[in-house]
Parts: sequence; structure tokens; C-alpha cells
Amino acid sequence: MPEREQKKKAAPKERVEEDVEVAAPTKQGEALKEELDDLLDEIDSVLEDNAEEFVRNYVQKGGE
Amino acid sequence: MAVPKVCGIETEYGVTLRGAAESNPVLASSMLINAYVEHRKVGWDFEDESPGRDARGFAREGSAPPEVETHLVNTVLTNGARYYVDHAHPEYSTPECADALELVRADKAGERILARSMQASHRLLEPGQDILVHKNNSDGKGNSYGTHENYLVDRALPFASLVRTMLPWFVTRQVFTGHGKIGSENGAAPVDFQISSRADFFEEEVGLETTLKRPIVNTRDEPHADPQKYRRLHVIAGDANLCEVATFLKVGTTAIVLAMIEDDFIDKDLAIVGPVHAMRTVSHDPTCRATVEMAEGGRATAIEIQWEFLRLANKYADETGLELCGGETVGTDVLARWESTLTALERDPSSLDGTLDWVTKLALLDAYRERDGLAWNDPKLSLLDLQYHDVRPGRSLYERLVAAGKIERMVTEESVIEAMTEPPGSTRAYFRGRCLAKWPEAVVAANWDSVILDVGSEPLRRIPMMEPLKGTRAYVEPLFNECSTPAELVARLSS
Repeated sequence: MPEREQKKKAAPKERVEEDVEVAAPTKQGEALKEELDDLLDEIDSVLEDNAEEFVRNYVQKGGE
Repeated sequence: MAVPKVCGIETEYGVTLRGAAESNPVLASSMLINAYVEHRKVGWDFEDESPGRDARGFAREGSAPPEVETHLVNTVLTNGARYYVDHAHPEYSTPECADALELVRADKAGERILARSMQASHRLLEPGQDILVHKNNSDGKGNSYGTHENYLVDRALPFASLVRTMLPWFVTRQVFTGHGKIGSENGAAPVDFQISSRADFFEEEVGLETTLKRPIVNTRDEPHADPQKYRRLHVIAGDANLCEVATFLKVGTTAIVLAMIEDDFIDKDLAIVGPVHAMRTVSHDPTCRATVEMAEGGRATAIEIQWEFLRLANKYADETGLELCGGETVGTDVLARWESTLTALERDPSSLDGTLDWVTKLALLDAYRERDGLAWNDPKLSLLDLQYHDVRPGRSLYERLVAAGKIERMVTEESVIEAMTEPPGSTRAYFRGRCLAKWPEAVVAANWDSVILDVGSEPLRRIPMMEPLKGTRAYVEPLFNECSTPAELVARLSS
């Protein structure tokens, strides 16, 4: 499996580079966070009212 | 010898009648289907085929069609799909498809059909009532319902050799097929979040059951095709997927693995000790690092076992080609995505947000946990877990993520809408669908492997379709263009 071993070796190096990116908050990171916040707000607006009751009442019959 | 991997997916959707004193799921399912098909309803033919009769084809029948012995709604659509009530769920069985990409489209079209059915059902409901539909596989309270795949398999293949390889296959492919869920069910060990919604429900390695003591490998032997030549592998060990990439991988990789088994290409024993337990071990670990015991010694992660399958698949593609696995274009894409998915799962599963359902759902739940400081048992998280699967465009959290550009799509929405009514051209579903579209009044009943036509004054004609790759657009489109009546079609087919 030479191909696979090669990939495995390559992985840690790329991982380090990623970690560096994450460590320093960038403008891009902030923009992403804002975008995520907007998305969660939007999802909040379509969520069913009364989560507890909705989930409790969700009962299905077994199938297949 | 491998046979073409004709495939399909059946999905039992979760169903709830809201606003009524009592939610009757059978009634709700019937209303959905009736509302969708209105008067275009064509019955399903339940008569079993007999092997002796189907070989020749186009035989004349003097008697009336078989009585449909069910009061449950059961119908066939012009796209070649079957849409019916199964147990207490609306079930959508896609038309037979020749490759994984076509099946992604057909499966997504099913979601749109359910959404339209919900909309149409308001005509049949009291004010203040509505029917909710979820494309999921459990209610979180120990009740599970299935999403089954079907693959055409060579009859000559000994079932035991299929089982030996498919057990580790189903255990390990969960890392990309799971749709994720909060908690565990059916007596499984407690867990915050797990990869598959189905893993907790498997209790046997092999068997015929689907509702009790569910087996990882199901032995139902109903080929719905020439039983001398084919099997239909009925796969019950899978999750309902909303992510198109997940459906594509699930079907595309499984097709290649089956072809390799048929061609006796797998030269390594990948058997896992205790696959039922291993199913849960893999599902309960979203880091994908848990190991399972290998029959030939040592331990391995699901991803490591998957790498072995992929190594074999790449070799198989080089030596044999992928013509029988959906063709070279689709097959090559399957291999490429398979590799990039395993690489990503190994490095950082969260990088697959937007391509795999369980990762996408987990990212959404984590975002809420962080923003609102929610514990895993908070009902709001359970609601998010559930509403991810809601089929209504306005309420589906999955669709909100699509609209926000967070989800990778593989097919265009236009082609999905078309697949709601148009059959795939690559299988016998084309013949079934075109008969229904062109002569709805003449189609008395239909089944996977036959269509019964009323050709007027003559007796009803049963047209067997025992070869899934005949009756395709290439074979029969000219006939449909040239024949103006079903009688003409039957005459041409008989000549």
C-alpha cells in the first residue's frame, strides 16, 4: 500500500499549517463567525415552537 | 462474474398528523399519497412471477388481473417509482437506476414528492391540521424505520462469500453513510452523539428479519428480476441521507465492493470479530478512532479497513474497469471522492461539514451548544436533530443550509424536478414510466418486473420485464414514439 502510506505521512504536515491558521484570528475568521451567527438566527426563526413538547410528541411506529 | 450494479433506494419516511385528536400514521400516509396522485393512481401488481413464464415474455393472459389484496394505498408513478404505505409510514422506492449519480437524483426527487404531497394534503385535512414528514430513521425513543438499498447481484455467487465481506463493509462504511443522532437507543451504551441513527438497532449478523432482531446482512430473496440469473441484495444497514455526496458515496462504493466480491477479487480477509458490537463501536465514536478486532488478528479503525477496501477498488478499476459499476465516469468520481473522504475523516472529520450528514448535523449542534451553552440533553438540540430531516422546504434545516450555500450539491435542482415525473432512461423503469405517462388509463397494474395493460377488446396483457437493463430508452423510445395505442405497442413487442 505505498500510496496510502504516502498520504498518511503527508497528513501531519498539512495539519500543522491548518493549526497555525486557526490560532490567529483573522478578518476572514471573524466574517465566518458573523455568517454563522446570521445562519443560526435564521434557523432560530424556522424552528418549531416549544422544542420540549415537539420532541416529546414525536413518536413513530417501527417499520421496515 | 459481476453483473451491472442496477440499484435503487426505498425510504420509509417518519410521518405525523398534527392538530388531530389522534395521529393515525396509516391514515396520514394514505392521505399524503392520495393527495399527490389524485386520479392518476395505478395499482401495484402483487402477483409473484413464476420463473417458467417470464423467460419468453409477452405471453397472453386470458384471466382478470390479480386482485390487489391490500387496503393500503399503493401506486406507481410516471418516473417509474413506487409510492405506497408500508407499515405505518409513507414509503418511496426510487425507480431502478444504472449508476449512483442517477440514484442521487431519483432519491432527491422522492424528497420533493413527499414535500409536494404534504402541501397537497391540506385539501384533505381539517383546518388547523397538517402532516409532517421527516426523512430520518428513528424517533429517538427506540422506534426505527428503514432506508434500504437494493443492488443487482449475480445469482451464481455463493451467499456466504458475500456475507463474509459485506459484514465488515457495512460496519465500516458508517463513517460516511451515517446521518448522525443525539444519544443512543435500544439498550445501547449512553453516548452524547453518534454517527449512525441505525447502528443501535442491529442485533444479528445475518437473517431474514427487518422489523425485529435486525440483521446487518438481510437475506430476503426476492430478485424482482430473472431469478435464475440474479439476486437483489436488500441492504437494510444504512441511514437516510440528505447530503447528495453521502448518498453518492453510499451507493457508488457499495456497488464497487459487490462487483469485487462477484469477481472474487478480494484477496484479503477483512472480517471483524463481533460485527454487531463493532457496528455500535464505530457509530459511537465521532472521532473515528475507535478500533475493532480483526478476525485475522490485531485491531483496526473503520477508516483503516476502508483504506483496504479502497486499495482493492483502485486495483479492481485498473484491472477490470468500472463499466459494471455505473460506468467509468461515475465510477472514477466515486473512487476520487471515497479517497478524499477517508483522508479528511482521518485528519479532521469536521472538514466534511456540508458533504456528510452526520458531520453537517454535528457542526450545527456544536454551533448551538457553543452559542447558547446547551447541554447534550437540551430539548432544543433534540429539536435541531429532528428538524434537520423535516422535508418541508421552509422548515427543513438541511434545506436552510443548502440555501446558505453550506452544502455541496451533485445534481441540479432542475434535474431533480424533472426526475419527479420522468423515469431514468437507463433501466426498465423507463418502460414502466412511459407506459404510465402515455396511457395512464390502459395500465391496469404494474410491478418492478411487469406491466399489465388493458388493450381494449382483447384480454389483459402482462408484459414481463425480467431484465432490469431492457426496456431502456435506447431499446423502447422509438416504440413509444411510433405506437399510438397500447394495443399497437403490445403487437410490436410480440412481433
